[in-house]
Amino acid sequence: MKKELLTALLASALVSPLAIADAVKQGKELAWSRKKGNCLTCHMVEGGQQTGNSGPPLMSMKARYPDKAALREQIWDPTKRNPLTNMPPFGRNKILTEAEIDQVVEYLYSL
Amino acid sequence: MKKIIGSALAGTLGLSIAFGISAGPVEDQIAFQKYYENRFPDTPTEDFANGVYSILPTAREQWEAIEEFPPYELAIEAGEEFYNKTFANGKSLADCFGADGAVRNQYPKWDSERGMVVTMELAINECLTANGEKPLKYKKGKITEVTAYMSFNSRGQKVDVKIPSDDPRALAAYENGKEHFYTKRGQLNFACADCHLLTAGNLYRADTTSPGFGHGTHWPVFRSKWQSMGTLHRRFNSIKIQDHRSATNSIKISSNELCSVWTSLKPIPSIFNAPRTSGIPLFSVAMSYE
Ligand code: HEC
Ligand code: HEC
Repeated sequence: MKKELLTALLASALVSPLAIADAVKQGKELAWSRKKGNCLTCHMVEGGQQTGNSGPPLMSMKARYPDKAALREQIWDPTKRNPLTNMPPFGRNKILTEAEIDQVVEYLYSL
Repeated sequence: MKKIIGSALAGTLGLSIAFGISAGPVEDQIAFQKYYENRFPDTPTEDFANGVYSILPTAREQWEAIEEFPPYELAIEAGEEFYNKTFANGKSLADCFGADGAVRNQYPKWDSERGMVVTMELAINECLTANGEKPLKYKKGKITEVTAYMSFNSRGQKVDVKIPSDDPRALAAYENGKEHFYTKRGQLNFACADCHLLTAGNLYRADTTSPGFGHGTHWPVFRSKWQSMGTLHRRFNSIKIQDHRSATNSIKISSNELCSVWTSLKPIPSIFNAPRTSGIPLFSVAMSYE
């Protein structure tokens, strides 16, 4: 029993950083893809080509949004904070799935 | 507009109020024009007729270079020929639009008898069919040649689109177009105003958005991307696609009310935009770089 528990603990400790790294990678793909997030249409992101400037540059996200939930909310429905914003409500209008939004948030946190 | 409450329109109203746009067409035009003049103080008012070139010096240079050998010249020549060609009944387009067809500044026109918006393209087709000729397709080809000829002859005229104040249907059409311009819609929740008013001049990917003031004053255009001429109808079609799952999906709602016969909803934004551009000289038949 003890041994099994240890293995399980070890596994989860190993899996989660990997899972996060994976989410960051997936999130980046979603954010950059013209068919999915297409965030670069409006946001400058380090390394991005042909980025727009209709929204603010996406950088230092962790420092600027210590509350991850607030960052997620900004993606899910930015009109809550600013009804006139031109940023699409990715969650409310189902442009991205809930899981995809989680991945995008992980990616933003890596910026 | 006053009667509309619903949360979907809160943004529309907010925007209208934010820009002091609440009254009739004349007050609207003043506020609308002022907004762009303040936002782009280096652009002389009449230059807004040049679309994105009015605010983007680098693109303007390219455009002016191209204008030295205008890619629309052949279209104008072909259009002149078509314009003067006699129909089977002995008449020609000149019988409907005068010797040189320089009437572009009056369109889109409110037809108070039928209670509908008439674009110049529609008027041309109605002239053709009334004389027993076949109508033209709206987006490309022959229609762009005739309108290029007529628009070229109209260059320098000031937009003179009137919304008769004694016809409530005209005002309703105007309000409908206005509402359309400011209302966020579609999956991406975009309004025309998001890109062409609030963030006009900003970059979307590599595209700078043009000021909404002046829209519609320089059509048809030869567009590099098409490598051919197109009418505003053709451009609006790609605006739907460009906005990407967007904005314009639900235009149809208003098009049923407004332009049952006409193939599209195009006059809605233009009747809204056009009165605002009165005072701007037409720069018809332009070159569009992207
Ligand atoms: C069509 C334009 C547009 C698109 C596309 C867009 N945004 Fe935005 N975004 C904005 C604007 C404009 C703001 C500024 C805030 C406001 O308008 O209220 C903003 C703000 C933000 C903020 C807050 C930044 C800050 O400084 O507080 C984040 C985070 C963000 N966007 C992430 C994203 C992500 C992730 C995507 C894609 C999944 C995306 N945006 C797509 C226009 C856009
Ligand atoms: C997400 C941004 C966005 C939205 C929303 C949008 N546009 Fe545009 N539009 C553009 C861009 C980018 C261009 C190409 C650059 C330019 O403005 O000339 C363009 C071009 C145009 C042009 C051609 C400009 C010219 O000078 O010939 C017209 C007309 C136009 N849009 C009207 C509209 C209308 C009407 C709507 C709403 C139904 C709309 N747009 C919604 C971004 C947008």
